[in-house]
Amino acid sequence: MAELTLVVNGRRAAVSSRSLGALLSELSYEGEWLATAVNGVVVHRDDRATHVLCEGDRIEILSPMQGG
Amino acid sequence: MLEIYGAKLPSRLILGTAQYPSPDTIGEAVRAGGASAVTVSLRRESAQDAAATGPGGKFWSIVRSLGVPVLPNTAGCHTAREAITTAQMAREVFDTNWIKLEVIGNHDTLQPDVFELVEAARILCDEGFEVFPYTTDDLVVAERLLEAGCGILMPWCAPIGSARGPVNLDALRSLRSHFPDVPLIVDAGIGRPSHAATVMELGYDAVLLNTAVARAGAPVYMARAFSAAIKAGRTAWHAGLLEPRDIAVPSTPVIGMATFT
Repeated sequence: MAELTLVVNGRRAAVSSRSLGALLSELSYEGEWLATAVNGVVVHRDDRATHVLCEGDRIEILSPMQGG
Repeated sequence: MLEIYGAKLPSRLILGTAQYPSPDTIGEAVRAGGASAVTVSLRRESAQDAAATGPGGKFWSIVRSLGVPVLPNTAGCHTAREAITTAQMAREVFDTNWIKLEVIGNHDTLQPDVFELVEAARILCDEGFEVFPYTTDDLVVAERLLEAGCGILMPWCAPIGSARGPVNLDALRSLRSHFPDVPLIVDAGIGRPSHAATVMELGYDAVLLNTAVARAGAPVYMARAFSAAIKAGRTAWHAGLLEPRDIAVPSTPVIGMATFT
């Protein structure tokens, strides 16, 4: 299957995944403490498995971090 | 007891979690200061780091173990749209409707963009968020934020991280007198425990600070000092402070003085 080229957390990435859920597994992101957005729109946890990715999509995967 | 959006907070100190010398120090400072909530953020994390220690790493593990509510922020956002998306992502991760809404308008002062702030607040309140807006001490902006649905206001007292303390006491006093029933938390600019005591003496409900504790020589001791100062300021406000006077007034009675001439 042809790879998709995405922008994941600001970096180009060639992946074989076709869904956001599969992408997280392919990139080894695990656990519930993650939030995701595609092209600036939040994709909720329950929707990741069915969210189809397209060439050039901009993915944000965010984790808890220190903050003031 | 301080009540915000129906939640009772056992202390009047909210601590940020950034810039500490170690994740362990965050936990020790929060416990020493008796902080009733802690602020957190969302950031990109490499897959390798997330896989090695779990998303958020040791920091997040320690914060979860503290058992205090987390107040996610939208730090670094410059538009209402960015802040709204960040808030929505934070709600998913932290499972809370609380959001410390920051929309920065100036790189040098980190001053809020109050126009974008009000717009973001309106949309987030409509979406069921409980918005803690980081704002200036501007009275009209405060009114707009309340009209947007905010149940609390968090004016700065000086630029973030500046440690200058309250630079415009008149403005802070004005906010307090205009909104006697709205929880007011000073957020940003506090550098010393005496600054915290000063704003608490004005009748502010709580203080949110980060750098002054995190970058102190001994953050755990400084957290304890801030806790004491906040309590002192609050008690003084309850006790009723004297208004400053322009002339001296003797404290010792003059009636009954001996005459030696």
